[in-house]
Amino acid sequence: MSVADTNLEQNPQSLGPEPASNRSDQFPGFSTTILPVAAIGTFFGIVLTKSEVVRWQRVHDMFLFREAHMYLIIATGILVAMVSILLIRKLGIKSVSQKTYAYRPRPFEPGVIFGGTIFGCGWAIAGACPGPIYSQIGGGQWMALFTLVGALAGTYLFAWLKPKLP
Amino acid sequence: MFLLAGRSFGISASFQEIGAICAPGNLAYLKNHRWKSGVWTLIFVVGIAFGGYIANNFLSHVPVEFLPPSLVSIGGAFRLLVGGLLVGFGARYAGGCTSGHAIMGISNLNWPSLIATAFFFVGGLGVTWGLGNLIFGGLGL
Repeated sequence: MSVADTNLEQNPQSLGPEPASNRSDQFPGFSTTILPVAAIGTFFGIVLTKSEVVRWQRVHDMFLFREAHMYLIIATGILVAMVSILLIRKLGIKSVSQKTYAYRPRPFEPGVIFGGTIFGCGWAIAGACPGPIYSQIGGGQWMALFTLVGALAGTYLFAWLKPKLP
Repeated sequence: MFLLAGRSFGISASFQEIGAICAPGNLAYLKNHRWKSGVWTLIFVVGIAFGGYIANNFLSHVPVEFLPPSLVSIGGAFRLLVGGLLVGFGARYAGGCTSGHAIMGISNLNWPSLIATAFFFVGGLGVTWGLGNLIFGGLGL
């Protein structure tokens, strides 16, 4: 099941694959989703670039334990998100479109281990996880198009092999 | 992210989205994807790219060195292609990437995400330390 569709109006308990017809498939609203998402994306792209998470060298040095840069950034991200979620939950804050917060847990499956390891290998080789690929391209590093093409090919490969994987 | 858009934060799902829009073919994983409601992932990554452009052209004194010079070559393109392939495959197989699993998953105390993050590092450390000499040996890093 895709993470992309974590539409919070839907039942957060519904796990596992279900027929597409069971759930609505509509374009999101412009002011409720498109505009805020574009703004947050732009901000996130600036943060990724200025914090140098987008640099291959930073990722390489992280895996070599040469510097704590990346670890501190990831830890900060987790900490800020954790406190935000705690506050949102405790205070019952609603989104601008009046939805209450619901996290749909990601289930444990073999893919978490095998896919996770494969992802880690790619992260170390390409020096970019999915977010930075886009900001590398946007920042003018056209070589990152190779990474993106590879990632899309990897997605197709997964879609093709999915029925055969554990 | 949630407050403004009411969506759960994640990036790698955009790969599935692109695949579903461009050529779903007969692959169930792409064909059954509800791509219309997922369009926001594309908007999000275009925003990230735009943010990278702004940061590099207007907010940086010295342009950011995204990739080391040794990777900007034919061999580098091949390595990026292979790395990208593993990233795309692995992220979709694991059900998320650094943002979805490590940051959103752990902060929601979702334990499979913690395991996924641990194995991100198993893979990354394995390649960097184990196969590192084969792949990066000539880089003099």
